[in-house]
Amino acid sequence: MTVPVVFFGIFFAYPVAAIVGRGLRQDGAWQFGALGEVLGDPDIGQVLWFTLWQALASTGLILVVAMPAAYVFARLEFPGKSLLRAVVTVPFVLPTVVVGTAFLALLGRGGLLDDLWGLRLDTTVWAILLAHVFFNYAVVVRTVGGLWAQLDPRQEEAARMLGASRFRAWRTVTLPALGPAVAAAALMVFLFTFTSFGVVQILGGPGFATLEVEIYRQTAQLLDLPTAAVLTLVQFAAVGAILAVHAWTVRRRESALSLVDAAYAVRRVRGTGQRILLGFVLATVAVLILLPLGVLVERALDAPGGYGLGYFRALMSADGGAFLVPPIDAVANSLQYAAVATLIALLVGGLAAAALTRRAGPFTRGFDALLMLPLGVSAVTVGFGFLIALDRPPLDLRASWILVPLAQALVGVPFVVRTMLPVLRAVDSRLREAAAVLGASPWRAWREVDLPLVRRALLVAAGFAFAVSLGEFGATVFIARPDNPTLPVAVARLLGRAGDLNYGQAMALSTILMIVCVVSLLLLERVRPLSRGAGTAGALD
Amino acid sequence: MPIARNAARTALVACAGLFAVTACGSGDGADEAQSKQVTLVTHDSFNVSKDVLAEFKKKTGYTVKVLKSGDAGQAVNQAVLSKGNPQGDVLFGVDNTLLSRAVDNGVFAPYEAKGLDRVPAEYQLDAEKHRVTPVDTGDICVNYDKSYFADKKLDPPRTFEDLADPKYKNLLVTENVATSSPGLGFLLGTAAEFGDEGWQDYWKKLKANGVKVVEGWEQAYNEEFSGSAGGKKAGGDRPLVVSYASSPPVEVLYADPQPDEAPTGVLTDTCFRQIEFAGLLDGAKNPEGGKKLLDFLIGKTFQEDLPLQMFVRPVADDAKLPKLFTEFGAEADRARSLEPEKIAENREVWVKSWTSLVVK
Repeated sequence: MTVPVVFFGIFFAYPVAAIVGRGLRQDGAWQFGALGEVLGDPDIGQVLWFTLWQALASTGLILVVAMPAAYVFARLEFPGKSLLRAVVTVPFVLPTVVVGTAFLALLGRGGLLDDLWGLRLDTTVWAILLAHVFFNYAVVVRTVGGLWAQLDPRQEEAARMLGASRFRAWRTVTLPALGPAVAAAALMVFLFTFTSFGVVQILGGPGFATLEVEIYRQTAQLLDLPTAAVLTLVQFAAVGAILAVHAWTVRRRESALSLVDAAYAVRRVRGTGQRILLGFVLATVAVLILLPLGVLVERALDAPGGYGLGYFRALMSADGGAFLVPPIDAVANSLQYAAVATLIALLVGGLAAAALTRRAGPFTRGFDALLMLPLGVSAVTVGFGFLIALDRPPLDLRASWILVPLAQALVGVPFVVRTMLPVLRAVDSRLREAAAVLGASPWRAWREVDLPLVRRALLVAAGFAFAVSLGEFGATVFIARPDNPTLPVAVARLLGRAGDLNYGQAMALSTILMIVCVVSLLLLERVRPLSRGAGTAGALD
Repeated sequence: MPIARNAARTALVACAGLFAVTACGSGDGADEAQSKQVTLVTHDSFNVSKDVLAEFKKKTGYTVKVLKSGDAGQAVNQAVLSKGNPQGDVLFGVDNTLLSRAVDNGVFAPYEAKGLDRVPAEYQLDAEKHRVTPVDTGDICVNYDKSYFADKKLDPPRTFEDLADPKYKNLLVTENVATSSPGLGFLLGTAAEFGDEGWQDYWKKLKANGVKVVEGWEQAYNEEFSGSAGGKKAGGDRPLVVSYASSPPVEVLYADPQPDEAPTGVLTDTCFRQIEFAGLLDGAKNPEGGKKLLDFLIGKTFQEDLPLQMFVRPVADDAKLPKLFTEFGAEADRARSLEPEKIAENREVWVKSWTSLVVK
């Protein structure tokens, strides 16, 4: 518990408190005048309302679209499954300016919908919602699917045997068991869309603004810290309310579940129902995820003088134009940062999840909520907070590279906690006790009982943390950092320049980012170093 | 419970190890190395050739460490927030739209750079106190798609008024002034042209004439503009875009093969001039190195490296422009400008009224 508390204290609570405090304290006295002034502004009310409802609508939409996918990926066996599961995570790592481009190609002028039906969705709220589905699809598939894959199918089968219809068996047996994971996924998606920035700006246009956009403007552009501080508090209040609702729903649901090895629960596709479901999921993935990604790849290959690898070759050249180093070096930078960030996130998040499983009480619940806050707080607030809080020895980290992975880990930890916690809580404590009775040391009991059961969750969590770090752009860009750009930063820099080669290289680099993401996730799924996986199901039988 | 505690202890050790590494990393070893290093804080668009930095090191013995953070506004705001205990020694990238904020907040220590006599007086906006040194200029101007106007046998517009002419209806795309620097520059240009009150009437006319506003330069130039490489692929259908005077040469430079003529042109009578400054940060750990760096920034080597690295124009009058600029670049025709104090005073109000006028 100590490590996560210290980590969050130093790298989140303190910087954020410092920047908010700076805004509210002028000339040595607290100034709350700004509070009434900002809150009384009808424009701000409107922004808050829009932020809330688009986040709720996005979350609902994503759950509807992605829940079948969570089932399909968890329970059905079909060719190319692990590749596809990695691919649906790709949107997560792509910079929003790039995704904006792809979505405009689908929804905007001359896009697919425009061609087919003369329908244009850019600058409508639909474009924003669809892009949110695109980005967060994997959150549901991975979080819910991670638990679903391990639920013992025999319980549902038993209910069927006792005469329940397929749907009733699912509703009364499986859904309650999945509850915590669904709630966790919904919470993360909500927080992500609540703080949505690039998507809203690019696809919605200047007519739409979220709280996040407003905070960015006040902090990064106008340097109106009092207003920014009030808005940050408003953001806190809204996120806090949601976290309270989440904690309340989950507390009544979480219970020990019968978990099995994922390989044991997976089935071949059988019957019309499952075929239709699989078809629906594959079609959604194709239209919503593969198509936009395909547009980017197409543009990366569309080099002058015919399709080819011209832009990729340009990336290798030392005089990359926008860089002192070949842009391809950004791949190595990104991988290094992401690896460090993943380690930090797994360490902090894993310990936090372990502590939260074993303890109860208001303090624990409060800490659980605190861990989620970084997802709901503006990246610019954290970035500027780092600047004024971590500025004196021994913690003068402002010019250090470690700040980048630290900021990335801050966003990764909530994912680790939320994927680990439902599974950890589902582990029957009697198994541990039995091991102890049989003479196992606590460490051995953990290794032989907990670890095999949570191994899958751990890998899912690691995948998340890695993907989040790979794609993190917000906080990274607000931190002053030595000139070794990460992939998203490099893409943004190339897109910031005119000229065919820059545009093409930006698309090529985005394609490389996708490939790096897919390959890393596939490799991660192959990691099986921790004890004999198949033994688990046997032990439970 | 003991399990958790054990794990926590292991983790704590690991964490402590991590911080030890970090501390070493950030300190860059001994103080000796530090005194031979000068830190330049700047924005993400900063760029310089390797050999130019190598020359600085050869001349002065100092290695330059570059710290980048966000756009120019963010870099300046960070400097204001860390006033007195700055992140580096020199800040580069304060332009005239941000100058007052930086200077009034006491971010800079005065220093008169050597060789300033080669810089025209019009760029020296702090000539009395020398808290900032002008380094480069860039013009924000409307660009046009040459082939569109040739195909339509239509003369491209020339002035601000022309842009509001129904002949050019639905042709212009610009950026959100609230978040985009070229967008703001264009607004300031119209304010300089039509006056504090007059610009609102002008924008009403622009709106009636179908001006499209998108979020940032990337969307305007790479998506909506029909003349750029990206816009062609994305099916952009606006032949007029708010961009930079240097955009046409950049289009040429990054085309393969390079064309004989730039595909886009500049409306030279619609420009707003940005001047970029650098200054010695107050409280710098290495003020001596910082001063040397400032001298170097307006020295001939760096000044001649600027155009092809950041696509701006040098301020020193002995710096020669590269062929790319003289051949494909355009010279602004009486570029508009406003005093930094005036911009600081009106910026927020103007952005607000522009937003309710044009976007809502």
